[in-house]
Amino acid sequence: MSFNLLVFIKQVPDTQNISGDAMTPEGTVNRAALPAIFNPEDLNALEMALQLKDRYGVNVTVATMGMPAAAEVLRQALCRGADRALLVTDRALAGADTLATSYTLSCVAKMLGNIDLVLCGRQAIDGDTAQVGPQIAEKLNIPQICYVEEVISLEKGKITARRSIEGGYEILESPLPALLTVIDCNEPRPESVKLMMKFKRARSAGEIAMAYKNDPAAAESVKAELAAKGLLIEEFNAAAIGADPARIGFTGSPTKVKQVQSVVLTAGDAKEVSPTAEGIGDLMHELISDHTLG
Amino acid sequence: MANIGNVWVFIEQEQGKIAGVSLQLVSKGRELADRLGVKLEGVLLGDNLSGCIDTLYHYGCDRVLLAEDSRLEPFTVLPYAKVIMKLILEHRPNILLFGATLKGRELAPRIASEKLAGLTADCTDLQIDDFEDLKNKKSYTDKLMQIRPAFGGNIIATIVNTWDDPQMVTVREGVMKLGEPDLSRKGEVVKVPVELDDADTVVKVIERVRAEKKVDLQGAQIIVAGGYGVGSKENFKLIYDLAEAIGGEVGASRAAVDAGWIDHDYQVGQTGVTVRPRLYIACGISGSIQHCAGMSESKKIIAINTDPDAPIFSLAHYKIVGNLNQVIPQMIKAFKAKQQ
Repeated sequence: MSFNLLVFIKQVPDTQNISGDAMTPEGTVNRAALPAIFNPEDLNALEMALQLKDRYGVNVTVATMGMPAAAEVLRQALCRGADRALLVTDRALAGADTLATSYTLSCVAKMLGNIDLVLCGRQAIDGDTAQVGPQIAEKLNIPQICYVEEVISLEKGKITARRSIEGGYEILESPLPALLTVIDCNEPRPESVKLMMKFKRARSAGEIAMAYKNDPAAAESVKAELAAKGLLIEEFNAAAIGADPARIGFTGSPTKVKQVQSVVLTAGDAKEVSPTAEGIGDLMHELISDHTLG
Repeated sequence: MANIGNVWVFIEQEQGKIAGVSLQLVSKGRELADRLGVKLEGVLLGDNLSGCIDTLYHYGCDRVLLAEDSRLEPFTVLPYAKVIMKLILEHRPNILLFGATLKGRELAPRIASEKLAGLTADCTDLQIDDFEDLKNKKSYTDKLMQIRPAFGGNIIATIVNTWDDPQMVTVREGVMKLGEPDLSRKGEVVKVPVELDDADTVVKVIERVRAEKKVDLQGAQIIVAGGYGVGSKENFKLIYDLAEAIGGEVGASRAAVDAGWIDHDYQVGQTGVTVRPRLYIACGISGSIQHCAGMSESKKIIAINTDPDAPIFSLAHYKIVGNLNQVIPQMIKAFKAKQQ
């Protein structure tokens, strides 16, 4: 019995390591200065899928929606052991909120067909919403198990998994197909040297077109060559995945951003307390007198 | 605007105990409902919940939509989504608020996806205002302004749902203030029939292990929090000592949690808990935006840091530039002396 797994991954700006030059003098985020990384919990989801591959010999397909540059995370996934990689890229997808994103990704799953298990990271660090996973599950009309820490077993038509709940854990059993959202629960394997040798030349059609933009004929021949070697990262636009134009991108997004403000911590009028017995004694006295303490 | 739907709050409960965040949302929901001139309704699912009802009236619900069925315990997503979706189609609420708990964060998106409604996660403020959609040349009155941090807390975005109602959001525990209960307030219960079929109960809970939370930072009036500047797990004893001396709870920054010095349950900040105590003492915490987001509403803030330019000082009411290894023992000593 072989299972088909689909892992959705995302390339995100590294918001957790914002350095000085990533902020403009006005205090806004300079997105261009942020390195793009493999969303951390998506790596956990991929690792979980690859462990299932080690255990059960499942097929692992990874897919992402994003800019042409997002082919990079697909390449990294191939170098970790994924069997197949798909990029969905289209200007029409820009401005998507979680509803439009989940619709688009559900179209990918439907196009592929015959998927037993979908895995996603719980949330992406650029939005922290954790909404896309459950919304894909709803769009595919399949059960979801969120915050999964461990797959206990994958059997014909059934998955048993342990997931985190407030103050503890639950073991849930669900029929397949199902969707899991995965939390930081494993140590993602590094890219394998052997696979890196193989996949370092893997490119998407968009990347090839960019590299040979003055020579379309060369682009075509490189594409054919990579495809023959299994090194072409499959690329799809919105039409190719069968997406309804009214439900994708900005048009397909019910939430609109009214206003964006950068966070500027206001300088308060902090009272300077000297770190001496006297200074601290006075502070304690003040806090006790105004009933903050005691 | 005539004939708009009511404000709803999803009331989360565990064994008949209402989640703190749900009561905080009832308090906020009351404000929104008054502003819009509509009713506030709590949506309560589970089994044997009659004990919860009065509390919901006391905090501001006009009505409680109550769905009781053994298949709604313990919580699983599919049956909850089914019952709430049916209620939404029947009653057309204008606004629906969820706690951004693990349950809320898996339930709300499932419902929003089916309803094709917008959903905004982890709002830190909610207001009613008009919205001009310049791109689509449409204007909306009395919409819910859904205010949330984004991009790792570096920006604050105001988001509006322009599609179908309800306007749905999740809010983290501790972000909205709990109002004073009015014990004389009364309301009305509407019993809701629970119609589920086999497809809604396919996910089985095989085992469930749950302990009450060890720490209650939200309820704490005094919090002593340690950061990376504490230096080691052993040295966190200083933080515990000060907390014990002045009757406070211990908290921590993400850096201290990531260093493995203290459990994640103690983490204050955007990815931890949001607190608003009477006194917050930040010891060796530099004051990242994500930490400040979780404690900036504290009534009084004392910051102790060796770096005079630490960002935490811009929030602090009392600034102590010094080594916490010396300052904290002095604080304990001074407090004990003043107490006598």
